[in-house]
Amino acid sequence: MEKSIFKYILKFSSRQQVTLTLMAILSFPVLYIFYELPKQIINGAIQGDPETFPQKAELFGLNLGFSVDHIQWLIILCILFLILVVINQAFKYIINVYKGLTGERMLRRLRYDLYSRVLRFPRGTFKNMSQGEIIPMITAEVEPLGGFIGDAFAQPIFQGGQLLVILGFLFAQNPFMAAAAVALYPIQLYLIPKLQMKVNLLGKERVKRVRTLSDRIGETVQGVEEVHVHDTSRRERAEFSYQLSGIFDVRYKIYRQKFFIKFVNNFIQQLGPFFFYSIGGYLVIKGELEVGTLMAAIAAHKDLASPWKELLGYYQKQADSKIKYDQVISQFEPVDMIDELAQTEEPKDDNGLSGDLSLTNVILNDDQETAIVDGANIKFSLNESVALVGIPGSGREDLAMLLARLIQPSSGSINLGGNDISQAPESLTGRRMSYVGSGGYVFSSSLADNLYYGLRHKQISENPDSEKAKEFKSTISTSVASGNSTDDPNAIWTDYAAAGATDDDSLVEQALRVLEIADLTDDVYQLGLRGTIDPDTKKQTTDLVLQARESFIQKIANDKDLANLVESFEVNSYNTNATVGENLIFGNPTSDEFDMNHLGNHSYVMSVLDKAGLKDKMLHTGYQVAATMVELFADLPPDHEFFQQFSFISSEELPDFQAILGRVSKEHLDQLKEDEVAKLIGLPFLLVPARHRLGIVTEEFQGEILKARKIFSEGLPESLKKDIEFYNSNQYITGATLQDNILFGKIAYGEAESADRVGKILADVIAQIGLRKAIVSVGLDFNVGISGSRLTLAQRQKLILARSIIKNPDVLIISDGLSAIESNIVETIMKKLVNEMKGRCLLWIVPSTSQASYFDKTIAMKKGKIIKFGSFEELNSGDGLAKLIEDKNK
Amino acid sequence: MSLNDEVELLRQVPIFANIEPAKLKLLAFTSERLTFRKGLDLCVQGDPGDAAFIIIEGEADIIIEMANGDSKTVSQIGKHQIVGEISILCDVPRTATVRASSDVVVLRISKDLFFRLVSEFPQMAVQILRELAARLEQTTAQLAKSLGNN
Repeated sequence: MEKSIFKYILKFSSRQQVTLTLMAILSFPVLYIFYELPKQIINGAIQGDPETFPQKAELFGLNLGFSVDHIQWLIILCILFLILVVINQAFKYIINVYKGLTGERMLRRLRYDLYSRVLRFPRGTFKNMSQGEIIPMITAEVEPLGGFIGDAFAQPIFQGGQLLVILGFLFAQNPFMAAAAVALYPIQLYLIPKLQMKVNLLGKERVKRVRTLSDRIGETVQGVEEVHVHDTSRRERAEFSYQLSGIFDVRYKIYRQKFFIKFVNNFIQQLGPFFFYSIGGYLVIKGELEVGTLMAAIAAHKDLASPWKELLGYYQKQADSKIKYDQVISQFEPVDMIDELAQTEEPKDDNGLSGDLSLTNVILNDDQETAIVDGANIKFSLNESVALVGIPGSGREDLAMLLARLIQPSSGSINLGGNDISQAPESLTGRRMSYVGSGGYVFSSSLADNLYYGLRHKQISENPDSEKAKEFKSTISTSVASGNSTDDPNAIWTDYAAAGATDDDSLVEQALRVLEIADLTDDVYQLGLRGTIDPDTKKQTTDLVLQARESFIQKIANDKDLANLVESFEVNSYNTNATVGENLIFGNPTSDEFDMNHLGNHSYVMSVLDKAGLKDKMLHTGYQVAATMVELFADLPPDHEFFQQFSFISSEELPDFQAILGRVSKEHLDQLKEDEVAKLIGLPFLLVPARHRLGIVTEEFQGEILKARKIFSEGLPESLKKDIEFYNSNQYITGATLQDNILFGKIAYGEAESADRVGKILADVIAQIGLRKAIVSVGLDFNVGISGSRLTLAQRQKLILARSIIKNPDVLIISDGLSAIESNIVETIMKKLVNEMKGRCLLWIVPSTSQASYFDKTIAMKKGKIIKFGSFEELNSGDGLAKLIEDKNK
Repeated sequence: MSLNDEVELLRQVPIFANIEPAKLKLLAFTSERLTFRKGLDLCVQGDPGDAAFIIIEGEADIIIEMANGDSKTVSQIGKHQIVGEISILCDVPRTATVRASSDVVVLRISKDLFFRLVSEFPQMAVQILRELAARLEQTTAQLAKSLGNN
């Protein structure tokens, strides 16, 4: 990158800077006239000799070609003045807006450049540089540079020019006075840079300390588990406080220094009037100077103050920006940065890799110059599968990373199918090869986005939404002006062909195949069952789900054993596995309007109970429930988990209910206050007869709820209709999961293993109807959360593996990226993957030496050296492979 | 069957006989009532134990899987008996498989709840002691008998 901010500005915005400078220069004549005109108005018009009028209109020696009388002349000049005011301000406005545009463009370019550089950092850079340092550099630290860049050339020229214009005006009036006004400037020019230097150094220090601070915060967030495990929050606080005190000191020093500069500045500024009053006054008294001239000199000095101050301010800002730029840039120039072309170059052809992978004298040294991989010489064909064995620390992971070009060897060369891997573009290593290591990452997006991540190298075609594509196109020109990317991130990037697919549908098929290899299908299927879809856009799936529902209901209806497992929703019968509230509403609430916990407060629900003649009954029932809850839970400590698990009444509310029960007896419920009635009536809504077995929800009561259900749905006012979707066996429930849509009922309480058994029937029905693929594709829409936190570690690792398989690489390297997956499952995946990669190259650091037998060849490593290479049988002969790689010194 | 019926039933289980009804009600309310269809396993030998079962209705076989892979029904339990408490008491895996030999209705008492009750009611602990001692005696007798047969 450019070494100084001025070079950077000139390189990328010289045209804009020239334009800005020209505009500034253009504004000067106007400014000069603007200062000159008042003199004309006073001398020429107001104090003009009335005798000479009407006269020829003549301004600044220019004959305007018509004659005017006295008043006319005054009016013309005043209007001219007004016009000049407007022109003058318009100049300022245009210059400022253009400055802003230039600055913002450059800021955008700078950020983009820095981010691009992060993408090109060699892996080792991140050992010494943390997120906490990089983020503030690209975000906060460069922000003020935008403002400065617009000012970089125009400001000194504009303000300096203004100063010169005023000065020129003054000299033209009275050279002695003008000289007096600027007499002290040289002192300022000498003193200020000296003082500013100190501020600059402190500024550098401050930036560094703030970086360390944000690094510290980042570490705390990432290591918060350790903090809790070892009770070290106090120490962390102390350390943070120590850092803050350092920053405080520096900032305070900067303040003192800054205001000292201001003090000196203002002092010198005020020295001017001091000399005018004293020396000028002396001369006036002595009669050597006219008082008018002295007054004019003082006024001129005042006029000069504003641009002079701006110039000094510019000087400070420029010094500050220079430091910021230098400090940021120096961090973004690590050695061994990946060549820019290596990331932008497109491959010449789509041919796969073939031939051999060969390593010649490959040595990898660590920071202390010890060889981790020591003189590796090996060659194998790219259609072989290779197992890499060695104990931890034998250099096996490092060798794998060398092959994946994630690190560069210290010496020696690696040749991949005729390409020197160190020179190969990422379009080769990133498309034809894949690697699964411990650094795998799941991005916070959908499962599908993560799975297809390795298929998205370049924009394939435009955004299918033409409206949005057009919108994006309109922004391209500004991107170009800032040297930014012109690709549309919302366009189609997924390279279907690379995955062996042609469209969305066949891509899902490929996804299914790959998920199966990575042992992730069931997980995604389960996520899909718990997912929701929009029936308007997925008509086909919706229809299939309804079909599955019908078939499921039939299946359980025809089988006595299964009938007990799920209780279907039927408009004319009470569902004993659902709450009383659910039975009353008999629909899926789409908002919080009908929150089950607050039905007792809902006016429409209460009016329905009234109409059904159920209100008294509900109140009595509520009283009974409250009495039972108080009896059961009163003795438990308030924080007991049973409250959460079982009670209808939270531990905080329990005393309230106790008080109600104590004050009002069962026979005198009319003494209850209004809010107490709401509280009690709300309780029975939560009862599930099959689960709670309180003997309260009798069949008679159920019958009455059914009557109320009818009243509820028939009388539901228009305004509440959007808050509920009534259950209808022919209709998809939009807000419910796919599983709930198929079950269309409640899984029964009290049947052992009911969930498992229902799952099995569900799977049967789904397979029969051919819905599985659709469900898995719904599962692919599942959002995995920040860095995949909504998946288990094993699921994340499987996903990362699947991502590597779906792009059909010619070389797939599997290092230590599957550590969280159970070993027998890893072995199953291994067998499937060896089969999948037949004719291509699969290199795997196998966890157990016996697994090497699945591979064509085996590489045995020990202490950084390749000690043997050959078939498994060869290496396993004699004492066996495990013995061979054993390190006796350990 | 309502909660009160369940409380009545629990009182007939020896180890709960001396516990006050309010506590039994809590026990019943917080326990799950489950139906195991004939042939289903209440628990499987070797699995970690997280609950004990009180049989309300039906019968179940206690089956032990031996080292050679054969399994053998060693005992039968029925109404009002408790099963599965050993593995939650001493934190060992299930020592036997319990399989429903007819449709069985049980009350499933979670480990936490069970311990809470035992620590709160010493008389319950004594009852459990008795029960276990009786079983040990039974097992010893069986062992002696089978040794004599060989």
